[in-house]
Parts: sequence; C-alpha cells; structure tokens
Amino acid sequence: MISAFFIFNQKGEVLISRLYRTDFKRSIADVFRIQVVSNSDVRSPIITLGSTSFFHVRVNNLYVVCVTKTNANAALVFEFCYRFISIAKSYFGKVDEESVKNNFVLIYELIDEISDFGYPQNSEIDTLKSYITTESVISSAIVAEESSKITSQATGATSWRRGDVKYKKNEAFVDVVETVNLSMSAKGTVLRADVDGHIQMRAYLSGTPECKFGLNDKLVIDKNSQGSGASDAVELDDCRFHQCVRLNEFDTSRTISFIPPDGEFELMRYRSTSNVKLPLRVIPTVHEIGTSQVSYNVAVKANFGNKLSATNVILRIPTPLNTTSVDCKVANGKAKYVPAENVVIWKIPRIQGGQECTFSATADLTSTTTRQVWARPPIDVDFEVLMLTASGLIVRFLKVFEKSNYQSIKWVRYLTKASGSYQIRF
Amino acid sequence: MSTQQGQDAKFFQRGKIEEFRAELQAAEAKDKKYQKRKTVLKKIVANITMGNDMSPLFHDVIQCIGTPLLEVKKMVYLFLISYGRSKPDQIHLVIPSFLQVSSSNFSRMSDHSNVLKDCNDPNPLIRALAIRTMSYIPIPVVTESLSDQLRHCLKDRDPYVRKTAAICVAKVYTADPRKAERKGFVELLRDMLIDDNATVVANAVAALSEIGDRQDGVIFKLNLTIANRLLAALGESSEWGQIYILDSLLRYVPEHHSDAEMMAERVIVQLQHANSAVVLTSIKALLYLMNYMENRRLIDYICRKMGPPLVTLLSSGPEVQYVALRNILLIIQRRPTVLKNDVKAFFCKYNDPIYVKLAKLEIMYRLAREENAREVLAELEEYASEVDVDFVRKAVRSIGRLAIKVEPAADKCIESLLKLIETKVTYVVQEAVIVTKDIFRRYPGKYEGIIPTLCENLDALDEPEAKAAMVWILGQFADRIENVDELLDDLVYNFLDEPAEVQLALLTAVVKLFIYKAQSEVTKALVHKVLKWATEDIDNPDLRDRGFMYWRMLAMNPSVAAEIVLAEKPAITTDSDRMDRGALDQLLLHTGTLGSIYHKNPETFIRNAAGRELVDSPALNANSRAVLVSLTRPQLPSTAISVQGPGPIEPTRPSLQPDEAANKTPQPILVESTRSDERDLLDVEGDDGAGGDSGDGYPDGDDDVAVVKAADPYAELGGAFGGYTTDAPQPVKGGGSRSGDLDDLLF
Repeated sequence: MISAFFIFNQKGEVLISRLYRTDFKRSIADVFRIQVVSNSDVRSPIITLGSTSFFHVRVNNLYVVCVTKTNANAALVFEFCYRFISIAKSYFGKVDEESVKNNFVLIYELIDEISDFGYPQNSEIDTLKSYITTESVISSAIVAEESSKITSQATGATSWRRGDVKYKKNEAFVDVVETVNLSMSAKGTVLRADVDGHIQMRAYLSGTPECKFGLNDKLVIDKNSQGSGASDAVELDDCRFHQCVRLNEFDTSRTISFIPPDGEFELMRYRSTSNVKLPLRVIPTVHEIGTSQVSYNVAVKANFGNKLSATNVILRIPTPLNTTSVDCKVANGKAKYVPAENVVIWKIPRIQGGQECTFSATADLTSTTTRQVWARPPIDVDFEVLMLTASGLIVRFLKVFEKSNYQSIKWVRYLTKASGSYQIRF
Repeated sequence: MSTQQGQDAKFFQRGKIEEFRAELQAAEAKDKKYQKRKTVLKKIVANITMGNDMSPLFHDVIQCIGTPLLEVKKMVYLFLISYGRSKPDQIHLVIPSFLQVSSSNFSRMSDHSNVLKDCNDPNPLIRALAIRTMSYIPIPVVTESLSDQLRHCLKDRDPYVRKTAAICVAKVYTADPRKAERKGFVELLRDMLIDDNATVVANAVAALSEIGDRQDGVIFKLNLTIANRLLAALGESSEWGQIYILDSLLRYVPEHHSDAEMMAERVIVQLQHANSAVVLTSIKALLYLMNYMENRRLIDYICRKMGPPLVTLLSSGPEVQYVALRNILLIIQRRPTVLKNDVKAFFCKYNDPIYVKLAKLEIMYRLAREENAREVLAELEEYASEVDVDFVRKAVRSIGRLAIKVEPAADKCIESLLKLIETKVTYVVQEAVIVTKDIFRRYPGKYEGIIPTLCENLDALDEPEAKAAMVWILGQFADRIENVDELLDDLVYNFLDEPAEVQLALLTAVVKLFIYKAQSEVTKALVHKVLKWATEDIDNPDLRDRGFMYWRMLAMNPSVAAEIVLAEKPAITTDSDRMDRGALDQLLLHTGTLGSIYHKNPETFIRNAAGRELVDSPALNANSRAVLVSLTRPQLPSTAISVQGPGPIEPTRPSLQPDEAANKTPQPILVESTRSDERDLLDVEGDDGAGGDSGDGYPDGDDDVAVVKAADPYAELGGAFGGYTTDAPQPVKGGGSRSGDLDDLLF
C-alpha cells in the first residue's frame, strides 16, 4: 500500500510530507524531484525505480504524489489522489500552493484520517467536516457523546450522511450535464461521437430521505434481450453511480434508489454513443496556397431548435508554426490570432438555434528551411447549450420519501457542453 | 458547508531550534487557550515538512502532549511519528500519556494538568487516535506497552476504534511478526472478519491481506463461508473497503462451479460503481472466478457486462485512463469478446497525454479486424503526422502490423506506407522500412514492386534496426534489384564501424548476393572482403562464427549453401502477438496493480512482492489447468540485477521445462533466441515458432481454446510490435553494475 504521501510545488519543494511507513526516509522526496519535477519529458504518471514506485497527479502546478514499495493497486492510488484533491477543494475552495501552505496543519490532519498505514479510509467530505475542522476542539466528555455519533457515521452503512440534517425548505436540484466528444474526419464523416453525462445533484433535504430517480434510459446491455421499447428511450452504454445508490436494486429492477449525501454530489455518470445529436456543425475549408499562405473558410451552424442558443462558443483554429500574421474576417463574434499557441481563437458569445456563422481568414507564412509538413491539428470547439441534452436523456421523475412526509421542491436543469474534445479535422 | 481558509503559509520559514525551544518554554506560562503553543508547533511542523531536523526539540515538544486542544495534540503526535523511532531512549516519557495506568478513572473528565490517558479516553476518536499514533512508532518499547491496549481496542464497543485497531495489527506485525503472532493478534484479526460492522471487516481484510502477502507471514485463505460473509459486507462498506474485500476474493478457491458462479453474480453489480478502483478490482475478481465456472452463458454474460464499464473508465482522469488501458490490453487478450466492437472508443484525442495515446494505439491494433480495418487505418494515418516522435513511430509500425494481421487491408496499408515514405521524415521512413520487411515475408511475391522506392531512401536510414531491415531486403531480393551490388558495396563501406545487428545483416545479404550472382567479379570481391572482415577483424563471436560457417559452406558445396541460405521461410503470422494463456491467467490475477501496468508478475520486479497463481481445484476449467503456471516464490537476489533487452526474467521457467518436455513433442527446431542480434541467423525468426491457430487473432471468438504453449510463456510480451518496446512502460532496474542496490543507496 501507499508508503508515503507528498505534495510538491512546481519548483520541487515539499509542501506536505507524510511517511505512513518506515520503509522510506524523507529523502525519497529528492528522488521524485530529480526524476519527475526537474524532468521536462515525463511520459508516465507512474515511475518505478528498483522496487519503488511513484504515482503522481498534477493539479494547478502542484504534484500530488504517492510512493510505494509494494505491488500497489494503481487505480486505488490514483483515485486516492483525486479524492484528496476534491476534499481539499471542498475545504479550501481551491488547491494551489498558497492554499496548501495556508492549511498545512489541517491537511496533515486530513491525510492522517483518510489514510491509515497507507490504506485509504473514510473519505466522505460531509463526515470529515463534522470532526476535522479548523475550529479549536477541546477534548472532553461532552465532546465524546458527539464523537460517538461521528464514529458510527464514519463506519456505518450510510457513511456519507449525517442523521440530523434539517432544512426549512426542502429542495433538490438536479443538473444533467453532458459533455460531447466528437472527432470528425477531414471529409466530414463522424469518426467518433459520444456523450459523457454527469448527473449532479444538490440535495437540501431534512432527515433521512429515501429518493427514487427515473430517466428515459435503457441500458444497451440488458439481461433480457432488447425489447421493442419506447422509441424515446435513450440508449445508455454504461452508467456508474455514487456509492449511495443501491447497486443491487439497479441491477434487478433498474430503479435508482438512494439516500443522498447532504449538499452537492455526483449521483451518476453515464455514457451514450447512439443517436448523439451534434449541437454545432463545423464545416472548415482550408487551403495551403503554395508555401506562403493558408486560406480558411469556416462555417459554424447551430443544429437545434431556435428557442435555444449556444453560448460561450470558442473555436481554436490551428495555424502553421511559421505563421507571421493572420487576417481574419468574421460577421459574428471576434477572432484573434494567438501566436504563442499557433491558433486563431474565434469567440462567439451566442449562436441562436438554426443560425450560421462564418469565418474567413488568410494566414501569411514565412519561408522555412525545414521540410516538415504541417501536422494540421484539429479545430477544437468549446460551447455550452442550456436545456439541451445531446443524448436526448430526460429526467422522468425524482421522488423523495421521508418519514416526516414533508413536501419537497425539485428542480431539473440540462446542459450540453464541449471543452477540449469536440474536434474537427481538416 | 462553507470553505475554511487558513493563514498558515507564514510558518514556512526556516527556524532555529533554540528559538523554538525558548518559545515553547515561554508558552508554558500565560497560555490559556494554548494559542502560543499552537503557533510554535505549527512552525515546527512546517520545518519538519521542509526537511529540517527538529528532533532536538523532542523533549520540549512532548511536554505539550497533555494539551487538551485537539489540534495541538495532533501536531505533537505528528512530531512523535516523525522522530519517535530515533529517540528510543526518550520515548518512554510519552508512553504513560498514551496509556491509562488503571482503568478506574475511566469516566473521569480529563485532568488538564495531568497527562492524558488517551487510550482509554471516553472519546472514541481520541482512543483511536492514540493507538493509531503509537502503532506508527515501531520500536519494541512502544509496541510492548501498546499490546494490552490494542487487544482491548480490537474489542472496543465503538466500530471506529475497532477499524483503527485492525490496521494497527498490520503495523505491529510489520514491526515484529513473530511477536504479533505470539500475542494472538492474528487470531483476533481473523475473528474480526465476522464483525457486524462492514468497515471493521474491510480493514481486517486489508490487514490480513498485507500479513498474508509477506513472505514470512501467515497464510491467508478464505473458505466459502467467510467469502460469503465478506460479500455480504460489500454493500455496506465504503468504496475503499469494497476494494479490500473484492481483492481478497482471490484468496478463495472455488471447489464447485456453482460457488464461483454465485459469487460472480454478486460481484457483477459493483461494475456500476463510480470509483474506478472498485470497477477494476471487481473485474479482477470476475476474471478470476471465470476460471472456475462452467456455465458458458454466464461467462458470456459477464464478458458482455465487463466491456462498458471498461470503456467508461476512459472518461476518468488521464492517470486512471492509463491504468485502465494497460489492463484492457491484457484483458482483451484473454477474453477477446470483451471489447470486440469498441475500437472507436480507443481512438486518440489530439490532446490526450502521450502515455494515454501510446497505450490506446496498442489496443487499437489488437481490436483491428477486417470490419473495422479501414477506420483504424484512417486513424493511424492521422497519427503518423503528429508531433511526438515515439507516437508517430508507433503509428507507422502499427500500419505495417495491421497489413500483416488483416489481409484484406494490406493493399491500403502499403499505399499508406508509401505515402509516408514520401514525406522523407527520417524516423517515419525508417519505421516504414522496418515494417515493410515483415510485410514482404507475410505476403511473398505480392509487394516487391515497391522495392525501388525503398532503395531511393537508403541514405535516410541511420538507425541499426532500419538499416538491418533494408539490408535484409536487399539480400533477399538481390536477384531483382539491378544495382544491388553497388548498393551493398556502398553499405559495407563502414562495415567495421556498424553495430552488430547491421553487420550480421550485411554478412548474410552479401552471401545471398553471391549465391544469386556467383559469376560476377564484383560480387566475388565483395563477399570475400566481408567474410574476411567478419572472421579476422571482428571480435564479436556470433559474427565470427557465422562468417566461418558461411565461408565453409560456400567453399565446400555452393549449391547446398544456396539451398540453406535461400531456404523457404515460414510465413509470418500474428499469432505470436497473443501472450501465452497460462501466463495471461497468472498476470490477470494482478489486474489493476503495478504488475498489470508493466505486464510483469510483481515478484519479478518488486523485492518481496507476493506472486499469485491460479490454484487447481475440481472446479478449475480444464483448459486453464492445462496451461497452469505454478508459482515458485523466487528469492530475488539481495541486489537488483539488470538484464538487457525487453524480455523479463521469468523465474518459473526452469521449473516448468522438464514436465513440458515430457508431455509435449518438441517444437520444430526453430531458433529460440533471446538476443535480438541473432535473429537473422538463417533468416528464421524466433517468434514464428509458437503459433498454431488459424490466422486471425480470435479462434472462434472463444477464449477457451487450447493454445499451443510457447516454451517461454512470456516470450511474446512485446510481440505485437515486433520487439519494439522502446516506449513500453518498464520499471527501471536499480543497481545494475553499480555495487550498491539503488534502494539501499537512496532510501
């Protein structure tokens, strides 16, 4: 298991160092600094030297590092790093050098709690916050009562929720957020289009609410052979649930039932590859004119109903490395050549459904001696469309049962977006 | 819950021991709310973090241990964990504060002026904290005094204390195994496997697994009853607990098919878990249990169920993606049906990290078949124009391998290789030449028309492997290349300075040329020159031996020599791409772990790591049994050794060969050489010997087909890319020629 946990800054200085086991000395940190931090070409998140393995995850110029001398479960180690990062985010708002230094004592407390002898332990944020705080706690018998509650929660079957939650107004917000991944060939055929969906929930519900959640889904891989099925059912290739969801029930009856954690959490994640609606059509025409110029004509079309609109649309249109200047003409938004990234960034604040925007430009090139052809990286598009799901998924119901039988208000929002993975080759 | 912002960055300043000592002493007076002590301790902890030795303050810091302020107490504990081991003479001073001398004052409020008796504190968090901290200090005087408390805590009424105590046993065991056994801790731990609380059970499993994996530890196996109890606890465990429990299922050996099948049905639901480690560990358990199953339909069902969660792992962070990809590469070799139709999911995104891209590429190749070959090829062509040299090379090589694997796609692949050669990018050209050589051997008489194009690029070849491949082509087709004698004459110009790989190729090529054109004076002079160099001026014994051999053959009977040297070569197939099944079965027992990243059994690269083997039982699938690789616990030498080349050292091999020889007719004697520079010997390639199945990857789409066993089960690990392993993840061997072990040197 994990022998040591470190956080390094970009310079390789140790911000946190916790040795869970005696098989290492602190000087092991120097090995990591030499092998990874000061190495400009790190080609793996895992480095094994002799019997020692270093796992690292980067976040805001920090390295979160675990070291082991065993045949550790690599997935577990990385999940642990991710979890640490999300806990730290929840505690301090952000994870960077400043926040780590400002809270180092608290971080030591946390990493001692969420990992014992290198074995990850309870890491539910809600529970942790009930006993690891920055407030001064005096140990006494009165606190002991409280502590018993905490310990039974931390080790109990619903370790993610306290029993004594109370709200005046009982509300639950459901956000269905879909990220569209697209890879389109230069000929305009879709090489790959799929949706990574997250259902994010914010539950502000009193007591111990029992929730049931329904979607218009059908899982493609089903025990029963695929029935005729309603035509509006969305095919999900796979789904994964927060640990509060009873997986047995899902397996037998396909119902999603759970006692939610208090506050915000990711209820489920899913994947869909069939019938993915592409919100934006991008049609690029790019010509290399001799060796001195490249001409661009790019059209973007919003491929959804005219009541909706895409916002924050950003296209990154690559230019050759030897570009000197780019002359852009756009009817909508603004386009600007960014030499440092070798792209033209075209920003369109809003595109109404059905609308089409065009971009034309000419890039001037300097002559070069290298004969290397231009690799033509793909055009990358970022955007957001509210109240649309690319997969067609909709929430059918969310029911809340609680023994005090209160009324609860539920809100559902949909968002389809792309960031860094909507790519069109040309 | 609101976020909390600390202001502690200011403490990250190097401080002097004397100052801290003075501040601590000053804090003893007028420190009502312990704020002064808190500040000093924060400075000290910050200094420990920065690597400054604070151990001289030991005596001063432990004075604060009685502080009831939890934050201060935890900092003192942290200090103790950091320096306790180095102060065995002073540690006794703090032990009383951990332990309660008598249990009579159990319910007494803490007396602030006195030392706290933390182990019996009414607050379960404090009790747990106390034993947790003490057990982190593995020196005899501490563990000795901890024993009684630990025994109590293992039976504490509070589950949080029990789950902490379970891990403490693992710590105590690590410090002194025999003592821990004498004190009966292992039995107590075993009893915890049937605790009411799932978290306690999970930690007990984790501790027992660690103990069981030690070479000097007790053996930890599960019977059906306990395994079922553990499965029952699965639903209520935390995600981490689920991982420990799922992992331990491999310690249960099913005696009946039905046991394995029932268990698998209960594991299957965990595939839907959000935590990728739970998913991968579930898959490990399922793959394991499938070896003991009979119900074909259930096996198929499980295989179908495993695919989607594996693909979903690709939307996790890049690090987890990487772990998933390396595992998928193993899984699809053993269970080819799993992701049969999902090749698109493995297409690279432009901004994927390089390690993800390289891993995806291998999977794309593995999943390629006639139906998707066109799409895969289009992707590979795209990658071949990217920036990263390793990635581009591997993409080019994959195009060639694709041509060899999928016959109907071969024409298109060749076309695309020719286009790539036209780019004149040197590393692209070299890769293309290397794969073209294999394509010639796979499809004799079909593509030789492109030889002139290859010859045009002779000057671009500066890497040994590419050069050797080109030289092989020249020699092999010496009868069809007009100016071959000129070309070879140019190439031998630097003969003495070439690497051995190229020298060997040149030697063979020149001999072939001579056999084709024995009449030509130029040829005669050339062969004579090279044979003379090889036998007189070269130190390399392989080269010299081969030189002598050719020379004598040619001298004694040129026509027999021609028959031998130009003998028909066995066709290249891609069968050898698949790893031997027994080896795979064994490696898959390590799914999700480091071993699965490097595709090596952990005991071969991690000192003291526990190997795993598939255990025989009446329920074990007959085909699995036939290829069973048994485990010998190897004693790795105390210093790590370094072995050249891609092949891992496989300790099971010597023990395996005698019985193998007994029940198997020997393979037609093909050269089984582990040294790549010998490969060209008589132009028979080592990796052609293994095969036996029909042409394309998946015989019957079934995994239970007996596969002919190669002599070395791990021989083809890097086979898919023709021994191209420069970018394959490898643990770096410590030591080598250096006298000391890297481990001991640095850590």
